[in-house]
Amino acid sequence: MGEYTSEELQSIFIMQGFSGLSLFSVLLLMGLGLALIFGQMGVINMAHGEFMALGAYTVYFCSHLTSTYAPSFGPYYFVAAIGLAFFVCAALGALVEWLMIRHLYHRPLDTLLATWGLSLILQQTYRSIFGAREVTPTLPDWLMGSYNVKEGLDIPINGMFVLGLSIVVTIALMTFMYRSAFGLRLRATVQNRKMSAAVGINTNKVDRLAFSLGCGIAGIAGAAFTTIGSTGPDSGSRYIVDAFLVVVSGGTASLLGCLASAFGIAQAQSILEFFLEGTKGKVATLLVIVIALMIRPQGLFPSKVRGH
Amino acid sequence: MKLKSLSPLLLKVACLAFAAATAHAAGPPTAEVNTTGLAVTDDTVTVGQLHSATGTMAISETGSIQAEQLAIDQINASGGVLGRQIKVIKEDGASDWPTFAEKAKKLLVSDKVGTVFGCWTSASRKAVLPVFEKENGMLYYPTFYEGLEQSKNVIYTGQEATQQILAGLDWIAKEKNAKTFYLVGSDYIWPRTSMKIARKHIENVLKGTVVGEEFYALGSTSFGSLINKIKLKKPDVIYAAVVGGSNVSFYKQLAAAGINGSKQTLLTISVTEDEVLGIGGENLAGFYSAMKYFQSLDNPNNIEFVKAFKAKYGAGSVIGDVTQAGYLGPWLWKAAVEKAKSFDIDKIAEASPGIELTTAPEGYVKLHPNHHLWSKLRIGQWQKDGQAKVLYESGLIEPDPFPKGYQ
Repeated sequence: MGEYTSEELQSIFIMQGFSGLSLFSVLLLMGLGLALIFGQMGVINMAHGEFMALGAYTVYFCSHLTSTYAPSFGPYYFVAAIGLAFFVCAALGALVEWLMIRHLYHRPLDTLLATWGLSLILQQTYRSIFGAREVTPTLPDWLMGSYNVKEGLDIPINGMFVLGLSIVVTIALMTFMYRSAFGLRLRATVQNRKMSAAVGINTNKVDRLAFSLGCGIAGIAGAAFTTIGSTGPDSGSRYIVDAFLVVVSGGTASLLGCLASAFGIAQAQSILEFFLEGTKGKVATLLVIVIALMIRPQGLFPSKVRGH
Repeated sequence: MKLKSLSPLLLKVACLAFAAATAHAAGPPTAEVNTTGLAVTDDTVTVGQLHSATGTMAISETGSIQAEQLAIDQINASGGVLGRQIKVIKEDGASDWPTFAEKAKKLLVSDKVGTVFGCWTSASRKAVLPVFEKENGMLYYPTFYEGLEQSKNVIYTGQEATQQILAGLDWIAKEKNAKTFYLVGSDYIWPRTSMKIARKHIENVLKGTVVGEEFYALGSTSFGSLINKIKLKKPDVIYAAVVGGSNVSFYKQLAAAGINGSKQTLLTISVTEDEVLGIGGENLAGFYSAMKYFQSLDNPNNIEFVKAFKAKYGAGSVIGDVTQAGYLGPWLWKAAVEKAKSFDIDKIAEASPGIELTTAPEGYVKLHPNHHLWSKLRIGQWQKDGQAKVLYESGLIEPDPFPKGYQ
């Protein structure tokens, strides 16, 4: 490293730290919704990636509408589109829960098959509506480019935006789960469904809201990813692997675990990619996860609650 | 006396010839042009089209499907091949390589198609190759690819690696006085082979240095660490072969990290107008692509081709390198059939070398005995509107799928 000045190395160190953080925020957003559905409700939602894709397509659709009918709204539409992505995905989530999932709560393995089927249907729907080509929304200018701290040290604005968004979503979800009446009912239902029903909690309604909330968060995640990559009908199947990786290594029933594992995986991958090359870095990361799961099969933060 | 008796005879011969011609107005008799039992009738010939209409590769293959269909329509409108209208059987490889092999077998064995236009990825071509060789079919393959292959049963209408790589590197090294190169690609056979060739050329011929060589899994979306390494190493040229969805993330993140066309030279061999549609012209502006074809080429053939393509598929459609190469397939096949005066595969294969097209949108092309095309290489600089400004055009480059000293 003798050929670089200490100032250069310092800048790279900071940017490298930030690229780890922005990968962390991406993984966290991917994992949060799934952790809620998989961890809290025990439903393996294979269509989670397609809900993210739906969020991304919602943003694309809004971008298209804005540029066609109201170009002056261009700089602001993105924030509104994220909100809309949440509601669109949450609404579809509620519908799916009502039509499909609620009939399968006692057959957890069948939810796997059913949601996988759903993911195929959704993929084909996207292909029919938006075409097979990957699309990208036109992003407002304020999201593009980088914040130039000093010469050689640039912090990407879209990275900061996704990081900020994931912090907001996490805090909101945590508050909702641990400070609201609904969160209390949800946690009670997870711990003991029959008892909760006996004390007057409408567990069906809780299930639907929880599933729909998880899907809504997936929508926000998908919307945020449009600042980083493109969206195609198959994008969801790419996201789902990372999402499950985060949730499983975090310990399936724990939002805190999700946070910790997203952070661990992101930093490991980012650092390993820097010192090894791309593919080798990814392989090394997966190796680290495999070893971690061999030592702690329940994940980093296993649920203390016994199964029902 | 002699002359008088001769003229009625001549008249009779002429009448006979005319009668024969009208009886088979559609072309020579089927028994003559089809001795191997292909799906050829007196007025039709059936061909196959084998691409991914679904799955992850559909994004890329759609353009080829459209261009091949356009060429077939145009050929039919101008009278067909040997007086026969072309009928197409479309099969979907569904981005799955075993499916490609299965559908290839169906087209050749059950449908007895005269030829097949298809495949896109090297993986799908490798999967169908044994089928085409065993059943003796003919495949027109449109994609630029890694080379190291040659078959009697395949006509390669895209460029092999050395055609695309060497002239491009020479140009950038001279133009930008470049000495250091950073190689980045997606992790599969085409980028790996291409980078191997590029590295040899940079080190042995250009006497430059490769300061980094990295491959990222298909579909990767995080390039933060890579970009930091690039910033640290400050290469004169980034040489990229990133494909698919990763492409969008790669260029968006480069732009976000302040690496753009005005500060950094980047030459890619994997971005055509199709990809720009997804990446966005503003993220690419100023970067270079090395291709044999750009939609903006200013020649009468191309202007007509672009017009016809847009008339059929919409004004918003774009045409990339592989789309144009796909368009050449049916025309090259037509020329080979007409030269051989037969639909038989063996005769087409034999007739193919030396075939010239003067009407190709990319300009003049000629088929080499190794079944690849002589073609030019062009360097285009991307503009904000998603079109390329062509800055350099090489002479016709001889295809060399097994380059000595580069393996």
